[in-house]
Amino acid sequence: MSTVAAQSPFMKTLLGGEPAGASGTAWLDRLRAGALERANSVPLPTTRDEAWRFTDLAPLTRLSFQPVVEAADVAQDDVRDRCFPDSHARLVFVDGVWSSELSQVSAGDGVAAMNLREAMAKYPALVEQHLGKLARSDSNVFDALNTAYLRHAAVIVVADECSAPRPVHVLQLATGRPGAHALYPRVLVVAGSRSRCTVIEDFVALAESVYFSAPVTEIVVGPQAAVSHVRLQREAPDAFQIGSCNVSQDRASSYQSIHVALGARISRLELNVTHTGVGCETRIDGLALIGRRQLADTHSFVDHAHPEGKLRQVHKCVAGAGAHAVFNGKILVREGAQRTDAGQSCRGLLLSDRAHIDVKPQLEIFADDVKCAHGAAIGQLDPDELFYLQSRGLAHERARNLLTYAFAAEVIERVPVAAIRTRLAHTVLERTQEPA
Amino acid sequence: MIRADSPVLLDVRGLEASIGDAKILKGISLCVRAGEVHAIMGPNGSGKSTFAKLLAGHPAYTAIAGTVTFRGNDLLEMATEARAQAGLFLGFQYPVEIPGVSNAQFLRLAYNSIQSARGREELDPLEFDDLVREKIKVVEMDPSFLDRNVNEGFSGGEKKRNEILQMALLEPVVALLDETDSGLDIDALRVVANGVNGLASPDNAIILVTHYQRLLNYITPDYVHVMQDGQIIKTGGRELALELESRGYDWVRAEFERARAAA
Repeated sequence: MSTVAAQSPFMKTLLGGEPAGASGTAWLDRLRAGALERANSVPLPTTRDEAWRFTDLAPLTRLSFQPVVEAADVAQDDVRDRCFPDSHARLVFVDGVWSSELSQVSAGDGVAAMNLREAMAKYPALVEQHLGKLARSDSNVFDALNTAYLRHAAVIVVADECSAPRPVHVLQLATGRPGAHALYPRVLVVAGSRSRCTVIEDFVALAESVYFSAPVTEIVVGPQAAVSHVRLQREAPDAFQIGSCNVSQDRASSYQSIHVALGARISRLELNVTHTGVGCETRIDGLALIGRRQLADTHSFVDHAHPEGKLRQVHKCVAGAGAHAVFNGKILVREGAQRTDAGQSCRGLLLSDRAHIDVKPQLEIFADDVKCAHGAAIGQLDPDELFYLQSRGLAHERARNLLTYAFAAEVIERVPVAAIRTRLAHTVLERTQEPA
Repeated sequence: MIRADSPVLLDVRGLEASIGDAKILKGISLCVRAGEVHAIMGPNGSGKSTFAKLLAGHPAYTAIAGTVTFRGNDLLEMATEARAQAGLFLGFQYPVEIPGVSNAQFLRLAYNSIQSARGREELDPLEFDDLVREKIKVVEMDPSFLDRNVNEGFSGGEKKRNEILQMALLEPVVALLDETDSGLDIDALRVVANGVNGLASPDNAIILVTHYQRLLNYITPDYVHVMQDGQIIKTGGRELALELESRGYDWVRAEFERARAAA
C-alpha cells in the first residue's frame, strides 16, 4: 500500500481502509495499486483549475465518506419498479457491489453481460487488455479512486459481427443507507468489429440521503461497430456524483450517446471520446434538468485524431430555482485529422432569476480542411408562449412544464428506448413548483 | 342576435390600460349580452388587440382604471388560466408554435384543464381522440394535424383553423377572435367563418377584432364598434361596417372630433 499521505480529511477517509484487497490476479492488483498511488498524489481539483472553474467541490470535500464494506440487502420489488421492459440483460449493482440475485446475466457467445469476476474467467485476455486503459487515473483523482477500489464491474462484451437485439441495462442502485458511503460503479463495454449494441446506464437512489458516487465507464468501440449509450443520472437530491465516461472509437465506428442529469446536489460527467481510426461518427447529446441548489456539470472532450471524423452534439440545460448548470464542450482536431466535420450546439433555459448557466465551447483545430461549427444560447421561457397556454386554461406550473418539455424534447426524443422516453417526458411534465 | 332580456356576459366600463409607460386604452366601455356578435374595427395601432389580450390576461398589459365584469365576477382579479376556465377564449392573431408537443397532447391538456375546473370528467387519450375527431370536422382540418407539433410548420390558415378547433373544444362563453381573418385565403376564410357561425349560440357571445370588413361578409355582427386611439368612437349596426369599407375611417374620426369639440 502507498505511503504517500492523503491531502485532505476527505481523501483520508476515502483512502482510510485497505481499498480493494488482493484480487488474486496480478495485473488487476497492479492496476489498483497504481491507481491508489495516483489517488494519493493527484490533488483534488479546485476552482483555480481551469477545468473546474465553475464547479466548486467544497460542499463535497467538507464531508467524509466511508468505503462500502458489505453489500446492502435490496428487495426484488425495489428493482422491479426500476427496470425497463425488454432488456437483453440486466446487471444490478447495489452501492457499487454486484448483486447476482437481482441481475439477469447474459452469458451467450454473441452478447455477454456479467460481473467482472465472471468476465475475467471467461475473457481473461480481453478484460486485461481493456480494463482501466481508457479511464484517466493518472490525471483524474476520481478515476483513480474508482480504479483503486475496483472489485465489481459490469462487463459487456459483444462479439465480432454480433448484434445485441435488445438493450443491456446496467442498474446502479444507491441504497442511501446510514453511514455516508462512497460508491464506485464501474462499467466496461467492448464491442467487437462490426457489432452493434445499446447500453443503458441508470443511476438510481432508493432513499434520499447523502452519499458520494464516482462512477467510471469505459467503452471500446471496434472497427465499424455501433454502440448506442444512454446514461441516466437520477441520484438522490443530496448526493454527489463525479463520474467519467471514456470512449475509444476504432475506424468507421459509430458511438451515439445521450446523457441525462436529473439528480444529485453536485454532479459532473467528463465524457471523453477519442477517434483512433478514420471515418468515426460520434453523436453525443445531453440534457441537464435541475432545480433547488443543484449543480450539474458536463465536460465533453472529443479528440479527432484521424481524418473524416464526424461529430454531432446537442446539449441542453434547464436550470430552475438556484440551480447552476455548466457545460464545457471541447473539440480537438489534430493535425492530419482532415475533413473532420464537427457541429456542437448548447442551449440553456433559465427558469428563475437566481439560476445560472455557464457554457464554454472550446475548439482547438490543427488541421486546415475541416468543418467545425458551434453555437450557444441561453434564454428564458417566452412570456407569449406561457400566455398562450394559460389562456387555454393550463395553470402556470403546467404551462411552464409543457414549454420546458418542448425545450428538452429534441434530446429526449432521441433516446432509443421508448420506456425511457415516456419516463423522461413524465418527469418533465409533472415537475412541481420549487420553492424560490 | 340582440335580445334585450338576455343576460350580460361581459361588462367593460371606463377601462384604461397601459404597457410599460405607454397608455394604450383610454376609457373603453362595452356591454356584451348572450347571443350577440360584436365586431371591433379600427386602423392598426388603435388598441384593438391590446383590448383583446388584456381581457384574456396577458401579463404585459396593466389595467389602470375602470372595471371588467365577466359573468358577475371581477375579471381583472382573475388569473389568466382562471379566465379561460370561466369561459373566456382568445383566438390568437399569431398562434404560438410549440415544438416537441403534439397538437393532440396540447388540445387534451387544455380540454381537461377546462373540464376539471368546471367540475366535469377529464378524458383519457382514447376518449379524447373520439371527441377531437368529431370536432375537427367543424374546421375541415386533416386529422394528421393532431399528430404534428402544436402549430409548428402550420400555414397561416392552418393555425387559424387550429384556433377555431380549440374554441370548438373549449366551448367558451365569450370568444374574442383577434384578427382571425388575417392571412387567410378565401377558402380558409369561409371555413373559419363557418366554424365560428356553427359555434355561435343564444347562450354565448362572440367578439370579432378585425381590421377589414371582409370577415363580416361571412359572420354577421349585431354591433360594430370603431376603435381609435384607445377609445370606442362610434358604435353602430352591421351597416356601419359596410360604410367603413367604402369610406374608410377618417370620417368617423372627424365626426368624433366635432362631437367632442361641441361638448
